[in-house]
Amino acid sequence: MSAVTAAALGVWNFVVGDDWRAAIGVVVAIAATALVATSTVAAWWVLPLAVVALLADSLRRAARAGQR
Amino acid sequence: MSGAELGLAVSVFLACAVEAVEALTIVLAVGTTRSWSSTLAGVGAATALLAVLVGALGPALTSLPIDVLRVGVGGLLLVFGLQWLRKAILRAGGLKALHDEDAAFAHEMQAARGAGFRAGFDPYSFTVALKGVLLEGLEVAFIVLTFGANQHRVGLAALAAGLAIVLVAAAGIAIRAPLARVPENTMKFAVGVMLSSFGTFWGAEGAGASWPGHDAALLVIIPALLAISLAFVALIRRASELSAAQAPVTVSGS
Repeated sequence: MSAVTAAALGVWNFVVGDDWRAAIGVVVAIAATALVATSTVAAWWVLPLAVVALLADSLRRAARAGQR
Repeated sequence: MSGAELGLAVSVFLACAVEAVEALTIVLAVGTTRSWSSTLAGVGAATALLAVLVGALGPALTSLPIDVLRVGVGGLLLVFGLQWLRKAILRAGGLKALHDEDAAFAHEMQAARGAGFRAGFDPYSFTVALKGVLLEGLEVAFIVLTFGANQHRVGLAALAAGLAIVLVAAAGIAIRAPLARVPENTMKFAVGVMLSSFGTFWGAEGAGASWPGHDAALLVIIPALLAISLAFVALIRRASELSAAQAPVTVSGS
């Protein structure tokens, strides 16, 4: 493994950790906020709702993995 | 000091105190068991590396346009914060072991005693102290940079971090034992809520959303996320109790 790949993997593990789905979810939610913000509808509620849903989903998966 | 700046200072202080307690445990275990001079050299080297990192990246980040900074750094902070919050909820719900400084201290001491020893400069003590302080410190540097850059107050964030380190180090020197009575798991829970709340606020703002009440929206986001997180803890505990009650009972014969 090259030093660059190792450094990139290190940064990924440091920021994203063991739940990459939550990280992807955050990116999608921010993109959705940006999309709604271009319309006439208020966009502030998109990210908080997404955060609660992502957290619930992440916890559900962790709890299921713990039971196995 | 504005409410957002106070939130910044409190979040950085709590996060840094938690990480400093963990780093202190490693430093105390290696220093007590092996060599204080080599251990402190490792601490010094790690601190210098972290200072260079914050000193180099801080001005670079603050020179970015505010919306780019908020959406990028806010998103990163949210991803990072959700990771903290998820672990904290799982710990509080009983699905993940609580962090125990006494156990960590005993483990580090056992490992330090088992490693080969040589007189003079001790590479083991230096490396373990360097790695421990650097790894714990990287999380603090990340939080100092993201929080500080977003509000253009890297200095305030670094000051809060420095204050936490000084207080934890002073307490460690005074009692010469791991700070096992610090409510570390509760502090991690609080930091997870703060990081996720600020990440949500800045991420949405950077993406073009306008919060009702502007900065005052944080006074709703933080308590709301705290309440939801505590509800998740209660749900996890309830589910664990139900699953334990439904587990088949094994009757042992005599």
